[in-house]
Amino acid sequence: MHIPDGYLSPSTCAVLYAGASPFWFVALRRLRQRLQTRLVPRVSLFAAFSFVVMMFNIPLPGGTTGHAVGVALATIVLGPSASILAISTALVIQAFFFGDGGITALGANCFNMAIVGSLVAFPVYRAVAGRAPLESARRVVAAGLAGYAAINASALLTALEFGIQPLLFRDASGAPLYCPYPISIAVPAMMLGHLTIAGIAELVLTGGVVAFLQRTDVTLLAATAGRRVPSSADGAVVGAAGSLRPLWILLGILLVLTPVGLLAGGVAWGEWRASAYADPAARQAISTASLDHAPPSVPPGGLGRLASVWTAPLPDYAPPFLRSPAVGYVLSAMFGAGLVVLAVTGLTALLRLRQRSGSANDTVNP
Amino acid sequence: MERAVSAEAGAAGGGWMQRLDPRVKLAGILSLIAAVAVSHRADVIAALLAVGVALAIASRVPLSTLISSVWLAAVGFSCALAVPAIFLTPGRAVATLPLLGWPITAQGLTSASYLVLRVAAAATFGFLLVFTTRWSHVLKALRAFKLPVVFVVVLAMTYRYILLLLEAAHDMFLARRSRTVGRLAGVERRRLVTQSVGVLLAKSLHLSSEVFLAMQARGFRGEVYLLDDFAMARADWLALASFAAVSAAAVWAGR
Repeated sequence: MHIPDGYLSPSTCAVLYAGASPFWFVALRRLRQRLQTRLVPRVSLFAAFSFVVMMFNIPLPGGTTGHAVGVALATIVLGPSASILAISTALVIQAFFFGDGGITALGANCFNMAIVGSLVAFPVYRAVAGRAPLESARRVVAAGLAGYAAINASALLTALEFGIQPLLFRDASGAPLYCPYPISIAVPAMMLGHLTIAGIAELVLTGGVVAFLQRTDVTLLAATAGRRVPSSADGAVVGAAGSLRPLWILLGILLVLTPVGLLAGGVAWGEWRASAYADPAARQAISTASLDHAPPSVPPGGLGRLASVWTAPLPDYAPPFLRSPAVGYVLSAMFGAGLVVLAVTGLTALLRLRQRSGSANDTVNP
Repeated sequence: MERAVSAEAGAAGGGWMQRLDPRVKLAGILSLIAAVAVSHRADVIAALLAVGVALAIASRVPLSTLISSVWLAAVGFSCALAVPAIFLTPGRAVATLPLLGWPITAQGLTSASYLVLRVAAAATFGFLLVFTTRWSHVLKALRAFKLPVVFVVVLAMTYRYILLLLEAAHDMFLARRSRTVGRLAGVERRRLVTQSVGVLLAKSLHLSSEVFLAMQARGFRGEVYLLDDFAMARADWLALASFAAVSAAAVWAGR
């Protein structure tokens, strides 16, 4: 998951540094307001803890082992703002000192793991846990699912970042300059490992540690539990995680801005249709893009045969009902990047609605 | 932890880079890494890698350490990752893999070489920075580049407590292992790891309260002051100019 230097183009890295910085700024300001002088030791110690946890080998069912990031655990104990800062700090030290993750890709790694991981883990945990008591088994399940969702959202984002590289950055001969695998290869390759091994490692770690904390020091789970969550330890506990709205608004703005980087003119080198070989205008475009080498008069046989095998649900990234390919391209990019976020938001809203109707019933029939 | 100790020992060595001002080293290495990322030509990236190896030799960094710590891990992983690209990247076929009949494309070979050379060069420069500079000096140099002071202090404190918590984790596992006979079942091993992480979490939060009290006892009011006592010598200016020249030349040649 830690992207090394050389896999992402400088412009992608710059965009992700720029995308991560407002989250760091907002998280730092919120923590300063809440922790004041306690900020430095609290974030430092938790960053050190996160770093050490990333080195643990988690034994998984089936005899294999996996590493976890611990982002959901950090979010559940400290809240999303502190988690963003603590995991980012751990990633900075890993990149600079241990060469784990690149220095140019540091913004991308922080964005994928610390920011998106925390912002996915928190609503999933809150939605699944609901108003269950701090000691309930439901919270263990919620924590495990939060870990699983967070790590997979981060992996999906990483895969999308890898996948757009060959689309946008090629040299004169058409060779990809950075990560050579398109989305169709990068996403399955990344998700296979994360939906199974890494996801389960995160699930085992987060659920297991929350279960352990329930038995030993349940107050550590109180900060992000939400308002009026009952606990047998000290009656009612009031949550203090604060609203996530500013962070969500930032993520929304970035989501809207994402496709702007994709709006390059023309067709990517080597991604011509079989029909383009017969069209004079398209032939001229291919020739110009290929250092004035004229394309063959007929499309390569393999291209002609295979072109009709698979029609993507969003061909050319544009839904079929849209007239303008540019608008479709933008919408498709937003659709891809926002899928996970929308799913999480929908789930949260649904569960909140159910909780509300449950509490209304309680009032009517006490 | 071993790497941290060896890096501190390396930083004390008398090589060329060890003698430079940490700010020059940080700016120089970052500009070289940026040049590696920006360059669009494999031969230019290979030349930058050669510059990295030359700097390592001039700074008395053992090449065996460079190979075992950097190249085997980072470059080995990227090589494995780059191999399928040789066959999967569309382009002009230059050869065919015997038995399987997969076409090896020129574009695939070029793309794989971009990836491996970039990872090797950037990882070498990153390693050079850390191996020839004390961590405290890297942090001070970051401060010179206008990074917020609170972030620099958090980084310094994190690094210091990583070593402590690693030792605590190591001791916990050693204590448990010394009391365990035979082999634990999978469920038991998972429980052991999650319990250790839970204890470590409680320890870190407890420690953060203690550190805070200690800071308050010494008059901490949320403001941080750092002692910046770096001074640029003539050799540093010369080195800065050399780093800038090499990076600019690489960017120009690799455009």
